Amino acid sequence: MSNNVLEMKNIKKSYYGTTVLHDINLSLKEGEIVGLVGENGAGKSTLMNILFGDEVIASTGGYEGEILIDGKVENIGSSFDALNLGIGMVHQEFSLIPGFTATENILFNREPSKKSSISSIFGDRLDTLDRKKMKDIADSAIDKVGVKINDSMLVANMPVGHKQFTEIAREISKDNLKVLILDEPTAVLTEKEATTLLMSIKNLASRGIAIIFISHRLNEILDVCNRVVVIRDGFVVKDSDIKSITIDEITKCMIGREVGERKRDDRNFDGKGVIMSIKNLYVDMPGENVKGFNIDIYDGEILGIGGLAGQGKLGIPNGIMGLYDAEGDVEYKGKKLDITKPICTLEEDIAFVSEDRRGVGLLLDESLEWNVSFLTMQVKNKFLKKILGGLISYRDNDEIKKVTDHYIEALNIKCTGTKQKARELSGGNQQKVCLAKAFAMAPKFLFVSEPTRGIDVGAKALVLDALKGYNVKHGTTVVMVSSEIEELRQICDRIAIVSDGKVAGIYKASEPVEKFGALMIGAGV
Amino acid sequence: MKNFDLKKFLADRSVPIMFIIICLVCIPLSGFSTSYLFNEIVTRVARNTFLILSLLIPIMAGMGLNFGMTLGAMAGEIALIFSSDWQIWGIPGVVLAMILSIPISILLGALCGTLLNMSRGREMITSYIISFFINGIYQLVVLYMMGPIIPILHESIKLPRGYGIRNTVSLLNLRQCIDNLISVNILGVKIPVLSFIIIIALCLFIVWFTKTKLGQDMRAVGQNMEVARAAGINVDRTRVLSIIISTVLAGFGMILYLQNMGNIATYSSHSQIGMFCIAALLVGGASVDKASIGNVFLGVILFHLMFIVAPRAGTVITGDSMIGEYFRVFISYGVITLALVMYEAKKHKKKKMKDGGDNEE
Amino acid sequence: MKEKGIKKFIHDFGVPRFIILCFLIALFILAPFVGADLPTQVTNLLNRFSWNAVLVLAMVPMIHSGCGLNFGLPFGIIAGLLGGTISIELGYTGVLSFVMAILFATPFAIIFGFLYGTLLNHIKGGEMMVATYVGFSAVSFMCMMWLLLPYHSPTMVWGYEGKGLRTTISLEGFYDKVLSSFLEIKIGNLSVPTGAILFFALLSFIMWSFLKTKTGTAMTAVGSNPVFAKASGINIDKIRTLSVIMSTWLAAIGILIYEQGFGFIQLYMAPFNMALPAVSAILIGGASVNKASIANVIIGTLLFQGIVTMTPTVMNSMIHMDMSEVIRIIVSNGMILYALTRKTDDRRDA
Repeated sequence: MSNNVLEMKNIKKSYYGTTVLHDINLSLKEGEIVGLVGENGAGKSTLMNILFGDEVIASTGGYEGEILIDGKVENIGSSFDALNLGIGMVHQEFSLIPGFTATENILFNREPSKKSSISSIFGDRLDTLDRKKMKDIADSAIDKVGVKINDSMLVANMPVGHKQFTEIAREISKDNLKVLILDEPTAVLTEKEATTLLMSIKNLASRGIAIIFISHRLNEILDVCNRVVVIRDGFVVKDSDIKSITIDEITKCMIGREVGERKRDDRNFDGKGVIMSIKNLYVDMPGENVKGFNIDIYDGEILGIGGLAGQGKLGIPNGIMGLYDAEGDVEYKGKKLDITKPICTLEEDIAFVSEDRRGVGLLLDESLEWNVSFLTMQVKNKFLKKILGGLISYRDNDEIKKVTDHYIEALNIKCTGTKQKARELSGGNQQKVCLAKAFAMAPKFLFVSEPTRGIDVGAKALVLDALKGYNVKHGTTVVMVSSEIEELRQICDRIAIVSDGKVAGIYKASEPVEKFGALMIGAGV
Repeated sequence: MKNFDLKKFLADRSVPIMFIIICLVCIPLSGFSTSYLFNEIVTRVARNTFLILSLLIPIMAGMGLNFGMTLGAMAGEIALIFSSDWQIWGIPGVVLAMILSIPISILLGALCGTLLNMSRGREMITSYIISFFINGIYQLVVLYMMGPIIPILHESIKLPRGYGIRNTVSLLNLRQCIDNLISVNILGVKIPVLSFIIIIALCLFIVWFTKTKLGQDMRAVGQNMEVARAAGINVDRTRVLSIIISTVLAGFGMILYLQNMGNIATYSSHSQIGMFCIAALLVGGASVDKASIGNVFLGVILFHLMFIVAPRAGTVITGDSMIGEYFRVFISYGVITLALVMYEAKKHKKKKMKDGGDNEE
Repeated sequence: MKEKGIKKFIHDFGVPRFIILCFLIALFILAPFVGADLPTQVTNLLNRFSWNAVLVLAMVPMIHSGCGLNFGLPFGIIAGLLGGTISIELGYTGVLSFVMAILFATPFAIIFGFLYGTLLNHIKGGEMMVATYVGFSAVSFMCMMWLLLPYHSPTMVWGYEGKGLRTTISLEGFYDKVLSSFLEIKIGNLSVPTGAILFFALLSFIMWSFLKTKTGTAMTAVGSNPVFAKASGINIDKIRTLSVIMSTWLAAIGILIYEQGFGFIQLYMAPFNMALPAVSAILIGGASVNKASIANVIIGTLLFQGIVTMTPTVMNSMIHMDMSEVIRIIVSNGMILYALTRKTDDRRDA
């Protein structure tokens, strides 16, 4: 007995040979609110992109499996298909025109218009807009959302919450709306706005619209949803009625991956000295703000920094390396570190492997030789040979080739040679080049940010082993930032969980995974 | 609070205010009589406003200052060459030229728009180079192909060598035919009423256009292409349309401009016109991403007032007649430079805030 | 298989570049048939190459640091003009006047370059358009200055007024042909301006070796990926300013070399039209908006000047029409247009 508005059957999706979604089954009834949860990278966004017909999906070979709308198999190839089928989506980033009023945005590209003699000759695009009718439709949609928004206010002047409501009103004003996807709608809202939003979501559901609600705040999920679906590694691992599940259970489903045992012995650093002490670190990195982070890092350890996306874990290394505006006291080997300029940190033999491999980590259009040697050459004046009695120093191409060859072999980088352009390598091999770049500098302290993001399983293991090996061999302190808690548990000595830009707690990595999960989820409550 | 507003009000209008000051200083120095100045200004407003108005729509569509309006000017010139070759004079000649210019303008506008879509993010420099490139094509057509390939009937407009158009084509027989058709003389100032009616009609057209669906789409595309595309608007097409409309209007504008001048300087009339129109618009307080009809009128008056009085004032101050000439050229370029720098600096700052670091392409 | 290789070659080389090359080869083949004297043609080409090559070389530093094509070339040219005129004003003659011109131009070039570079750092991403108009403003400002600055040398000022510089100043007795005639090789109708070419070679060599140093490497990296460079501890703004100063200085030297070959100093609106030929020459030589090498400079200048010198002679004798000017406009601007409409900003993401 099903009156499912939406049914997704055996959905599979892979990008460039990496399978992201293995087998997803998801159904929604009229007026039902389903909470969709999962770690970052679990496959939520991909699934929603498929449902909303995002062009990324079509351009990477489409999806497998069936999507049924009202019991009929439909093929969603573009976002227009999705719109026509009555699927609406409210994105995390606002897709609004800043210089338009709420009304204009709500009815954008669906404006009611009046024919005129000119438009009957030159086509519909010269119809004049029917402002009065636009206002009526917009007002009634805003009413349905159940909030008060000034319909003639420019979006640019609105508080964040109102922008979110405008987007929802836009989706609701579509007559054929059957399924509404809300992607972390409360992430940017104040508590009060969030409460209003949750109210209006319930209100909408009571009008018969099926809602997919994505959120990291599990309390909200428990509060508004009828059902919760947990996705992990491209599988649905839990699909349960909301009444028969607790926050702890959901958390466990989200992160409780059955991975092999920890591959290392516990090490104790209590006796060793503190190499870096961070006090009151504030970093202004959009989407990853750090707000008063404190920690002492022991000499020679591998420290993991985990946490959900947007909680500020990425801001920590980026701030200390001077890539984003930061303030706070960072003491390194007992001396205060100037964190406003990258060169000051680098000169202390502190290296950084960025999470943004292609944007920050590599010179995509230059050879591997350049990529591996550049940092060391600039910071430590290595790989230069003096000519004319030391008057001028040139790049020492022989030395550069030697060091590049060395790392190609040591890290097993698959390439055609040292002259190949970095752009032509696969993600995993690019990541190894980034590591080689940092290793070539012979750092005493290494920040590694999301080292395994977007690379395949084999390369992941190699990268992690390389980091662990380097730490053991050279005694280099490593701080690894990652959203994958299991990965951190594999190689770290301690793990700090960051939430809302601060340390939520620090445990030994051998502690059970649930303890970390609880810290991470605690963030949203 | 009120004080703050005043400061912002003045800062936003710094360019027009600067020009008002320049004019206030130069007018008494130049020693021109009021009636002379009024006459000159009225003539120049009637002559140039239409051309400047053609710049508004691409700005609305977020494509910046359309340096490619020169293309429309060239289309207008070619059309006028034909209509004068066929000896159709007076108002019919002007109307015929306008009709002839439309297909040429559409063709050039579509080409320009397509190229601009291919060079997103650097539209202005591209449209600037396009105007040079098409100028080469224009010369190829007018200097070499008119005669042997494109039939030209009258020897009088051909170069003595038998092909190509003369450096100057006289439009004596349609000179100021529109300006003079209904003209009123108020206190010694000749007012070309019909020209102003045409200009006002164009203003009304632009106001109406912003209220159409297409106008709305252009505003949206100008503000955020990604969002517009996601909402199902054909962004590329919309952008091309804005350039086509601008080119067609520039073509009409050029024809009106030339009927006032009374002759075509075949190889140079169009070359500076884009620069002067853009400078005038900016003097009126417009910026690269925002311009209104009010900016056009204020700009055309202030800019041309400066243009009239600067050379004479320069002569009085320095004793050298060329100084004033160079001064007004410098001011024209200077005001465009200033507008571009302000616009790019704002964009750069915004981007910096968004990306946090110094992360541009 | 082989055909594929040729296609790939044409693709890599760029279609317009290939057409231009074919066109030039055709001109050279046709030249003897229409009665043009080949050695004279080659002499012409070499001469024009020696005048212009340094101006084209001035594009290289800014392209390397990611500032784009230097449409602001007139800025540097003005520094050169100031150097030249000051040298003559102070009464230097012959070779010394050239050396002094370079010496006087240098501080101007450095100051202008610094200001210009600082400005460009505030408008990253919009360099090319702003550069164009900054150049124009500077040229028109200098138009007033040429009239007002207190120059007195009778060879330079208007005769009847005794003040204000002339539009064109003859360099006879000053640095006319000082480089070109140095070690000049003459074989029949063929003559090679060895000195000027050697001077260009010297500047190119300095440029080439600079790009191999630590700072040069940093400059290339800033152009290739500024964020990467920043993360490697490089002060992006400083490197960019340095590149602009280098470009400006090379433009100043470039115009002095142009003048010594041409034999005249051209003032007032003349610098206006000097940026576009240099920009299109380096593009024809195979550079793009963000990549350029010395080879691009040499090939580009030869191709561009080849077309400029060959078309009038060959075309004139063939069809009795002098279409060279029009062809030059279409080719040079077409080339710039081609480069601007190519996708180049996919650097950060493929």
